[in-house]
Amino acid sequence: MGEKMEKLLDVENVSISFIQYVQGLNQRDLKVITDLTLDVSEGEILAILGSSGSGKSLLAHAIFGILPENANLNGKIKYKGKELSQKDKEELRGKEITLIPQSVNFLDPLMKISDQAIGKTENDAEKKEKKAKQREIFQHYNLGPEVDDMYPFQLSGGMARRVLVSTALLSDPKLVVADEPTPGLDEKTVQETLNHFKHMKEDGVGVLLITHDIHAALEIADRIGIFYSGYVIEIAENKDFSGDGENLLHPYTKALYKALPANGFELTKGHQPLHGEIPEGCPYYNRCEMAFDRCKKERPQLISLGNKKIRCFKYEEGA
Amino acid sequence: MELKATNISFKYPSAKEYLLKDINLQLDNNKVMGLIGDSGSGKSTLCKILSGYVTKYEGSVTFDGNPLPKKGFKPVQLIYQHPEKVMNPKWKMKKVLGESWEVDDKTLSEFGIQKTWLTRFPQELSGGELQRFSVLRSLNPETKFLIADEMTTMLDAITQVQILDSVLKIVKQRKMGFLLVSHDMDLVDTICDDKIYLKDINGA
Repeated sequence: MGEKMEKLLDVENVSISFIQYVQGLNQRDLKVITDLTLDVSEGEILAILGSSGSGKSLLAHAIFGILPENANLNGKIKYKGKELSQKDKEELRGKEITLIPQSVNFLDPLMKISDQAIGKTENDAEKKEKKAKQREIFQHYNLGPEVDDMYPFQLSGGMARRVLVSTALLSDPKLVVADEPTPGLDEKTVQETLNHFKHMKEDGVGVLLITHDIHAALEIADRIGIFYSGYVIEIAENKDFSGDGENLLHPYTKALYKALPANGFELTKGHQPLHGEIPEGCPYYNRCEMAFDRCKKERPQLISLGNKKIRCFKYEEGA
Repeated sequence: MELKATNISFKYPSAKEYLLKDINLQLDNNKVMGLIGDSGSGKSTLCKILSGYVTKYEGSVTFDGNPLPKKGFKPVQLIYQHPEKVMNPKWKMKKVLGESWEVDDKTLSEFGIQKTWLTRFPQELSGGELQRFSVLRSLNPETKFLIADEMTTMLDAITQVQILDSVLKIVKQRKMGFLLVSHDMDLVDTICDDKIYLKDINGA
């Protein structure tokens, strides 16, 4: 990856919590994301890998300013170095930053494909221009003119994926956020979808891939952020996921790598603590073989180690 | 023990072509078998036929020589990809599990189920946690054969090892039959003794 590429997205210490009613009128603050830090540069694919249901999709919602009302967002989300306000997010979304949603369910079932891809237009001239652009990109993704007049239910899984991808590219975005683009697709369509991301990268677009699919992440991402119990615990380079996993830093990441059927199918006990069950110290404390006293009481911060980032006292100086 | 499918053919009422045609399959409890197929190739339908959940098909399925029972406990149990879809959202996990059998504490801990989870509702647990319940629920002592249809597809690699490890221990201990349906070749090669490609046995 080129060092000169401009940084597009900076997510710094983002936490997201929800106000929940527990009993009667008693409220509690349920933290789903506690500390999420990552960055994406031009022409780079960064994957954030977490198990399903871990709340990582909320990150996408936070970037686009579409979190529900009872959500509480803290931390900084910056685009090209500037911290984004809700108003900024509304300005940028759909233009410089676009979302590839999880499924075709995000399309309007009663609207023709071409109309919803183009979106709102002021006048006929603009509509014509946008329509031409849309046709060009759709054609590029192998979607013939007949697709323009279809409704979402008429699309196959692979076609729907191509529609979502090409729609996201209509505005020539600098940054694309893809939320779980692979589940429910067969091998061929997954491959096709991943190739789309590779092409975006070649065109200098930055891609944030939110996924639970480690194979997909390893195939296309330059760097991979590991999301565990609401924290980013490591950001590793793709090449670190090789050999015996000796270049991976966090014990959880190593365990995850070795648990893959092709890498030994090794058993590691324990489970990710639930929201509200996370220990006082390191979120991985209960499962960690290298844990020492400090890990029980104190929460490690995410520190930079060259190109990588790691949240573990073992890698702190003097530890 | 033998689960045998003879000349199974199936088509949806509205479809012109058969999805499954003249499938013959013989499974037993000596070998852990893997079934591989693309999505949409009919593997899930075949699983439902083998476990007695789809009954309108041509051909026959027998378990130890007898047709699958129409009423009562099904000796061939099926586990799906999405545990949240097979649990009553208004029941706490203790009731969800108890619907099938009384699980002792030792088995609970072998499956990595925390006692505190039992008082939670399904929506309060993650996919991996729910799948542990779903698998354990299907392991009623009367279960003789287990079909796992993409059981661990939605889970992370560590949880996948944990769940399959626990299941295979019980399967071996109780001498049960086990069919793993997956698109993950590495996984099938790792845990199965033998594998079948659906396209090789499907005449459709």
